[in-house]
Amino acid sequence: MKFPVPHDVKAKTIPGTEGWERMYPYQYQFVTDDPVRNQYEKETFWFYDGLHYPEPLYPFDTIWDEAWFLALSQFNNRIFQVPPVRGVDHRIINGYVYISPVPVKDGAEIGSRVPNFMERAGFYYKNWDMLEAKWKLKMEATIKELEDLQISPLPDLEDISVVMDALGESKGYHLIKNYDDLINLGIKCWQYHFEFLNLGYAAYVFFMDFCQKLFPSIPLQRITQMISGIDVIMYRPDDELKELAKSAIALGVDGAVTANRDWATVKANVGKLPKGAEWLAAFEKARYPWFNISDGTGWFHTDRSWNDNLDVPLSGIQTYIGRLKIGATIDRPTEQVRAERDRITAEYRALITNEADLKQFDELLGCAKTVFPYVENHLFYVEHWFHSVFWNKIREVAAIMKDHGMIKDIEDIWYLRRDEIKSALWDVVTAWATGVTPRGTTTWPPEIEWRKGVMEKFRTWSVPPAIGIAPEVIQEPFTIVLWGVTNKSLSDWSAVQEITDPDSITELKGFAGSPGVVEGKARVCRTAMDIRDLQDGEILVAPTTSPSWAPAFAKIKACVTDVGGVMSHAAIVCREYGLPAIVGTGHGTKIIKTGMTIRVDGSTGLVSITR
Amino acid sequence: MGNVVAIGKIRTEAWMDSAMPKVCWFEECSKDSVALVGGKCASLGELINAGVRVPPGFALTTHGYAQFMREAGIQPEVTALLKGLDHEDMDKLEDASRIIREMIESRPICIELEDLIGESYRKLSNRSGIPAVPVAVRSSATAEDLPGASFAGQQDTYLWIRGIDEVMHHVRRCISSLYTGRAIAYRMKMGFPHEQVAISVGIQKMANSFSAGVMFTIHPTNGDRSVIVIDSNYGFGESVVSGEVTPDHFVVNKVALDIMERTISRKEICYTVDLKAQKSVATEIPFERQTVQSIIDDEVTELAWMGKQIEKHYGRPMDIEWAIDKDLPAGGNVFILQARPETIWSNKKQAPVSAGSASAMDYILSSLLTGKKVG
Repeated sequence: MKFPVPHDVKAKTIPGTEGWERMYPYQYQFVTDDPVRNQYEKETFWFYDGLHYPEPLYPFDTIWDEAWFLALSQFNNRIFQVPPVRGVDHRIINGYVYISPVPVKDGAEIGSRVPNFMERAGFYYKNWDMLEAKWKLKMEATIKELEDLQISPLPDLEDISVVMDALGESKGYHLIKNYDDLINLGIKCWQYHFEFLNLGYAAYVFFMDFCQKLFPSIPLQRITQMISGIDVIMYRPDDELKELAKSAIALGVDGAVTANRDWATVKANVGKLPKGAEWLAAFEKARYPWFNISDGTGWFHTDRSWNDNLDVPLSGIQTYIGRLKIGATIDRPTEQVRAERDRITAEYRALITNEADLKQFDELLGCAKTVFPYVENHLFYVEHWFHSVFWNKIREVAAIMKDHGMIKDIEDIWYLRRDEIKSALWDVVTAWATGVTPRGTTTWPPEIEWRKGVMEKFRTWSVPPAIGIAPEVIQEPFTIVLWGVTNKSLSDWSAVQEITDPDSITELKGFAGSPGVVEGKARVCRTAMDIRDLQDGEILVAPTTSPSWAPAFAKIKACVTDVGGVMSHAAIVCREYGLPAIVGTGHGTKIIKTGMTIRVDGSTGLVSITR
Repeated sequence: MGNVVAIGKIRTEAWMDSAMPKVCWFEECSKDSVALVGGKCASLGELINAGVRVPPGFALTTHGYAQFMREAGIQPEVTALLKGLDHEDMDKLEDASRIIREMIESRPICIELEDLIGESYRKLSNRSGIPAVPVAVRSSATAEDLPGASFAGQQDTYLWIRGIDEVMHHVRRCISSLYTGRAIAYRMKMGFPHEQVAISVGIQKMANSFSAGVMFTIHPTNGDRSVIVIDSNYGFGESVVSGEVTPDHFVVNKVALDIMERTISRKEICYTVDLKAQKSVATEIPFERQTVQSIIDDEVTELAWMGKQIEKHYGRPMDIEWAIDKDLPAGGNVFILQARPETIWSNKKQAPVSAGSASAMDYILSSLLTGKKVG
């Protein structure tokens, strides 16, 4: 398959964005002035990481891309030494991230990496549960450090205690130190993020691979079904909402809870009721840590947590109260899911005819089940809990910068790279210490205005799904399982892109995420706020979903997403709820409009649009 | 081939015939009845007893056949005709075959057998609620349908036979099909003595099929045991079996019973009954129906469910013929006409996929080293 040359793509600069490169780290650029690097870039296959970056990246938000650039690659290449693959390289064009797994090409070198991998990865697989328990402690300690970190404003006069306690340090020094600590905690958190993830995905992906060798026609969703029904904490926030819905009814406050969409109003009204205080206390208790759940993937500052906007969990509670009132059950049908999982596993197992394969199947299934909770649970600790707190700590830094005239608005901080913020903070603290005006007060605001314009233009760019030269074989487990990168997926995506008139499309292909066939009205929801408009029995069409969307699944009868594989959130949750799902359609939200009648065949991955 | 020998022994001792059933209903048969009613009828009996919906019918047993041959008195002549022939000399074999078959088809069926067959046919008509019910008359050989010896289609099948005289006539034609040139050659090659081979004849109510086809409980192209593959066309299954049309094609997940693949082809002809001629004829399908799915999804699912039960019953992948009867209501209209063990993949020695890697770790490593093909 032919894809455009990266440098040709980059050369077509969107007018008015000239110089955009300075918004991102310099090593993220496709280059023309370094022949060796240029050649490497041309010969390499780069695919657009639409799974993680549906929107162009804000300069500050590049932090997590750099964090996983380092963490994934180091664990693959320097810690476990996955034999045939080094790390995953990154580039940015027009704010969009392109990535590429880097293979080890020399056979002898691959061979020499094998013993290290066997020893190191073997240790983790063998001691998985014990190491995972340790991981949880490390992660909780890191989050505690983050929550305890103080970002204090700069006083006109330092407190007298600085003198009496002979502290010898100023708030100016603390600001730049704590900013560094904040950033370092973030990077550390992402180190832990990947400690188990590569190995987890490898176990998962090769269990899938083995099943497909045994049963060439087995749908991936059937394989993932064999690992369903395992308790993971990603369901906990949603479970808290269900509990709150039940207790609202039990305490007789359900009327007040459902009377208004606005949390402040609801809180005031519930507080007036006899048992209102009890319910509000339960609500507060659930918030930490469980409402530290992002309404997006948690990867962007624009993703806000339930704690940031209590209207969102309120809407979920209201949905569940509504379900309970009509006598519906709101609990996940875990027992049925497990029974179906066990039936499916037993039936496939019974079709395996030789002993060696049977043994291998059991081994790999056991391994996949062992790694599964981590693969799911890390998301809550890192992307949701840590990130939700982190973004707000950065906002505290932004507030200080705003006070000192460096930025006009707190939300302007995201247009700066994190190293630019560090420099700006030096500007602030030295000027504060000296009693003069920071230089940046006149340079940053116009630069930020310009960057806002650039980002707007980036959003209108039509992102090529892949550039460069496609390899014959992909060995990097993430690339396969998470991004679902195959020739087929790429050509399906590009086929739709080539159609100029999206109104003429009647069929859309995606991955069969969860089985079943239904027809119904579509509801396109771009953000978690939009799910409040969902009506019972509609089909949710979303760019992608995340755990904070969970209440939506109690209303819908199927789900279609733009991005994601059979392991994506929407696919997993739909399997748990027994709803059909088609994931990774590429362009579902662009083509399907709210109110359209669509037919979702979750067994074949085909969405049909009735026009 | 123990069965063949055993029948031969029984047949040669006339006194035993009187104690043995000459005719029996399919439901009285099971897979252990191959010696009595041949593979096809035994299999139908087995299916019925396993709870599978099969059009009702009965068999003229091998003892009935033996009695026919004995009372017709032609066995010595047959043996003489075949003596010394070369199994590769097809011309000579065909000559002998023609003479033998004419001999068999011209002999009357003795009164006792005629009464037995006639009575059963009347009962079948009563059971079906159709006077002179149309039936399929087909041979059911004792060597055919056995695993590893599939030479399906070697014996004859006659469809849409109505009335007792026609039934008798076609029973004889089926008996004579034991002596086609090919059958004679095959036995010579395999060293089965002709006089020790017996045949049974099945008389089964015709399914008035709206659509019909075949079903494999294993993927015929890749040997995947987790799927059921169904080919379907309008009318009788002949058009599918013979390959005269590209049928509609469904791949169903055996475990979950959902349709994973669906290919609707342009089907230009189908076989329907010419009631005057009492036979099936190729008919052109109206243009507007040619690209319409020939069975509905619910029927696909029901068939697959039946296929799964049949495979479970036999403990091995199966090759199945089926029909949807247009005279019967949904929920009771899907019929299995025939089921035999799949032979192509089942006889292949399947190498383990795991290729010696024992632990999960070993497999993960070897898979990482192989990588995943993109294209």
